[in-house]
Amino acid sequence: MPKLLTRVAVLAAALALALPLSAEAQSKGTIKIASQSPLSGELAALGEGIKLGTQLAVEKLKGAVEKAGFKVELVPFDDQAKPDVGVANAKNIIADKDILVVIGHLNSGVAIPSSEVYKEVGLVMISPANTNPLITDRGLPNVNRVCGRDDVQGAVAAEFAIDVLKAKSVYVVHNKNQYGQGIAEFFQAKAKDKKVTVHGFEGTEERANFDPILTPIKAKNPDVIFFGGEYPQAAPMFRQAREKGIKSKFLGPDGLDSTELLKLGGDAVVGMHFTTVAGGVNEYPKAKEFAADYKKKFGKDPEPFAAQSYDSTAIGLKALEAAIKEAGGKLPTREAVAKATRKVKHDGITGNVEFDDKGDPKKATYLIYQVGKEWNDNKLIKRLEIATPAMKKQ
Amino acid sequence: MSERSGRPVVVNLLVLGLIGGSAALVWVVPRSILAFMLFQASLVVVYYAPLSFRAKMAYAALGLGLLMPVLGTHNGYYMEVAIQVGIFVALALGLNIVVGLAGLLDLGYVAFYAVGAYLWAVFGSPQAGKFISATFVTFPLAPGWFFVFLVLGIAVAAVTGVLLGLPVLRLRGDYLAIVTLGFGEVIRVLANNLDKPWNITNGPKGITPIERPPLFFEPALRAVGIEASPFTLYPLYFYFLILGIVVVVILVNQRLEHSHVGRAWEAIREDEVAAQAMGVPLVRMKLLAFAAGASFAGIMGVMFSAKQLFINPESFTFLESIGVLAMVILGGMGSIPGAIIGASVVTILNLQVLKGISLWLNDLRNAGIEIFGYNLANLPSQFEPAKYERMVFGIILILMMIYRPEGIIPARRRRLERFDRGHEERPAP
Amino acid sequence: MDWQLVFAILPQVVMDGLVLGFMYALIALGYTMVYGVLELINFAHSEIFMVGAFVGVEVLLLLKAGGILDPLNPFLILILIVLAGMAVSGILAVVVERVAYRPLRGAPRLIPLISAIGVSFFLQDAVRLGVSLWRNAFYLTYPSFAVFNKRIELGETVDFSVKSILVVAASLLMLFALQFLVTRTKLGKAIRAVAEDQPTASLMGINVNRMISLTFLIGGAMGGAAGVLFGVQYNTINPFTGFIPGIKAFTAAVLGGIGNIPGAMVGGLVLGLLEAFAASYLSLFTGGAFGAEYKDIFAFSILILILIFRPRGLLGEVVRERA
Repeated sequence: MPKLLTRVAVLAAALALALPLSAEAQSKGTIKIASQSPLSGELAALGEGIKLGTQLAVEKLKGAVEKAGFKVELVPFDDQAKPDVGVANAKNIIADKDILVVIGHLNSGVAIPSSEVYKEVGLVMISPANTNPLITDRGLPNVNRVCGRDDVQGAVAAEFAIDVLKAKSVYVVHNKNQYGQGIAEFFQAKAKDKKVTVHGFEGTEERANFDPILTPIKAKNPDVIFFGGEYPQAAPMFRQAREKGIKSKFLGPDGLDSTELLKLGGDAVVGMHFTTVAGGVNEYPKAKEFAADYKKKFGKDPEPFAAQSYDSTAIGLKALEAAIKEAGGKLPTREAVAKATRKVKHDGITGNVEFDDKGDPKKATYLIYQVGKEWNDNKLIKRLEIATPAMKKQ
Repeated sequence: MSERSGRPVVVNLLVLGLIGGSAALVWVVPRSILAFMLFQASLVVVYYAPLSFRAKMAYAALGLGLLMPVLGTHNGYYMEVAIQVGIFVALALGLNIVVGLAGLLDLGYVAFYAVGAYLWAVFGSPQAGKFISATFVTFPLAPGWFFVFLVLGIAVAAVTGVLLGLPVLRLRGDYLAIVTLGFGEVIRVLANNLDKPWNITNGPKGITPIERPPLFFEPALRAVGIEASPFTLYPLYFYFLILGIVVVVILVNQRLEHSHVGRAWEAIREDEVAAQAMGVPLVRMKLLAFAAGASFAGIMGVMFSAKQLFINPESFTFLESIGVLAMVILGGMGSIPGAIIGASVVTILNLQVLKGISLWLNDLRNAGIEIFGYNLANLPSQFEPAKYERMVFGIILILMMIYRPEGIIPARRRRLERFDRGHEERPAP
Repeated sequence: MDWQLVFAILPQVVMDGLVLGFMYALIALGYTMVYGVLELINFAHSEIFMVGAFVGVEVLLLLKAGGILDPLNPFLILILIVLAGMAVSGILAVVVERVAYRPLRGAPRLIPLISAIGVSFFLQDAVRLGVSLWRNAFYLTYPSFAVFNKRIELGETVDFSVKSILVVAASLLMLFALQFLVTRTKLGKAIRAVAEDQPTASLMGINVNRMISLTFLIGGAMGGAAGVLFGVQYNTINPFTGFIPGIKAFTAAVLGGIGNIPGAMVGGLVLGLLEAFAASYLSLFTGGAFGAEYKDIFAFSILILILIFRPRGLLGEVVRERA
């Protein structure tokens, strides 16, 4: 027994010595901005973009807050596009009292449960990319977004399919998650509204073998196949569809908006269309400087949603500035920051953002692209500015 | 008893100092993961220290009952870790019955956990209202029902255990393993897809918000003059609830192990045919093993739901089943203290060590430090140590099987076997 | 009930089922051979399959980067990557046996089984680590070959891709080769002897360890080939691609009779066809209530049913008599 105690004592001493190297200094004057997005796994390309856009904004725009006497830091979190990881991170985030703003998420299915955690302490969340209406339709005072919504996006996609692609029949496939199923349903609703035949509405989590779904689709031969979901599934599915000899046109939402779509899908996706609420940086004339800075610092072109993250962070910083002033130069409470965020009017690189009473931007941009042989050759087909619908009575 | 006199004062002081000192350290540097691990290690020291049972209990009560909650309030993350450890200790003890005592390799244990979790999630949230019309009762149920569901969770999980046990009774060990694995996957796929034709589980979107048990003691606290927000109260609430349940689970386990049921299980594990020849009712004992193991998972599932406020099928994958198996194997199959240690070590490994390495690597990356001329800022972002728990589980399983299949704290019978093989000194009776 | 649709897609469903089935058969061979000699479910086999798929894609990507992918004859490339996949997977299987199973020879059944699970998990993350560091990616995609994607029409509504036919042909070739090896050669006889009675085989002068390693080599090679064909057929792979097909292939092996090589082939085909039918027709027959997502449950249910009602499988088990 003494042997064991000695061993433990030695271990304890060793650990104690190692402590100073690992302990984090707690400084009184630090404000942290957290970002939550998938940094690993299949959607990492888009998630990285969100983190890097936030990072760039923190570096360039923290001046005002720093002048007020607070250091500003970015704390990136990886939610792996999984709701339970997002929630677990959220619990860590709210435990860290220095974090006053969260920029995130990418996936609506992760954002919704995580925001319930943020709500507990009134921590504000500004989303650059979440498009599901339920994000803001819950009427939470601490949830905001700078991008458009799926009830509009789905309708826009459906109208495009009918008016431009001249579709008389469609087949809808979705990936069963909050976002994919959501937008698929909106698309289907609008299509039915316009008296277009909807041959099928299938949900699948399949990542590799899409044969069972594609075989009935091929037999029904719809004019357009709409996939509600993200590129890791869309790309192989469209590819296998072409390989099976399916001739239908392909259509998808902003989950397909990434260079990875072309990489994974190859020739099958060239020429297809997708709607998005973000789009390429070239769409936004004020974003030229941002794009140049991004490329210089990170060595690559900005992914979709990076510019939106930049604007979201800018809004967060403005809100912090206002809240600090209101608190008389002292550290503001999280509720105060959330309130200030709602009131911010920001002329950002992706456009003018002003929040309505539930956290949606009063007007949002929706774009339709056609995929080119290179991602930079994507053709913009249409650009729409649409007012955000009011909250539906739950 | 003679070796123990003359030491007690020194030992007591040492243990007290260790516990108290590490707790103070955590208080002073709350963000240091190593300090917290020191505190946890000090609690383990209590187990090994040559003290009387009563003294050990006293220290355990001090550490777990007083210091841990205080530290947890200081830094909420530690509370979360402690709660997770508590949940997994109960799960490991449950699986310990099935795998360790009865020798039935269950690879789908997480299914029972999922059943308990969804049970409360469906009825304790608006979800049930989506497929049960609101004529008699509206959902979510009043929060007080949580305690009823704790008991219900035991029952429903036990029934599920029996249902799983019935078809697999006659299967050999390895076939049993695959079938239980399949069962675990079936439950997960069902959870993922029972959103049509009736929306029972809401599919991959998960169920939120789930209700928590009522803070019935809040008026009492306020009367004493303690004002605390639900944000601080709830973690403490859950911590003590879970601690209580874990204590009960341990007691139940001990009683089972030392009863004729436990002996029957061990007989089945060692040699089924011989056991049957000795009159052990195979069918009944196996079903009992499944049911008992499942019930612990069931009650913890209900607890998990209420604590998380949100569940989805991703929390109940094969990875989780193997995680619990790794805990039981690491700690020692068939041994209660082994299961506790195994659960603690693996959970802490996942939640603190791996994550700590990840955060540390992130800090290095942000600072742009170079190692041998390789700028860490270029480290691919897909490389995140925190996510390599599979690898950790895998290595644990392989190494343990090759080098120490009886685990860190082997069951008594195994230790005696090791003695017979000449590996250890004879253990005290 | 749209019967016209049902019959219209029938040939395609059968073809899908065959392709899937042959793949399962190839993987099942690995499981069945190892179980035959060691009575061990080699959990790591699903990862051996996955590694084969990754080897295939890496070779293709390297060729592409070297600029020599396009000029070469696609059929030659296919043979090249299948052979590469077989080699690497076979060797990996032998290494796994040496490291994780041989030290546990003679231990009670549960122990090597748990070790196998450990190997499986380790390999999944090891490959993920490798891919994330080497290519900073999680998914890898097989480059397409136009000639493989060409459709061959057999009628008005029926057409098959060259790819599917290639996969079926390659699998058949390998299955026949294996059956020949096991039944007509001395080596095969030695393996069968070890499977039947290890101590006696050793007394007869057979190097048991060598035969076991050879079994793993052959089984692993089959799995690797299946991996490459999987990648060619379904394009996208990730480190966890092996898990579900592995379980299904084991189901197929049990379905046909564990330890029984022709049984594994039959089991694979039956399971593949059943799965394809379930996946394509479930939603049609249940009016959309249950769809293709239940196909995995379908496979597990079959497993449970076989084990309850006919535990010896369709063609009977071939494992040594328990004393």
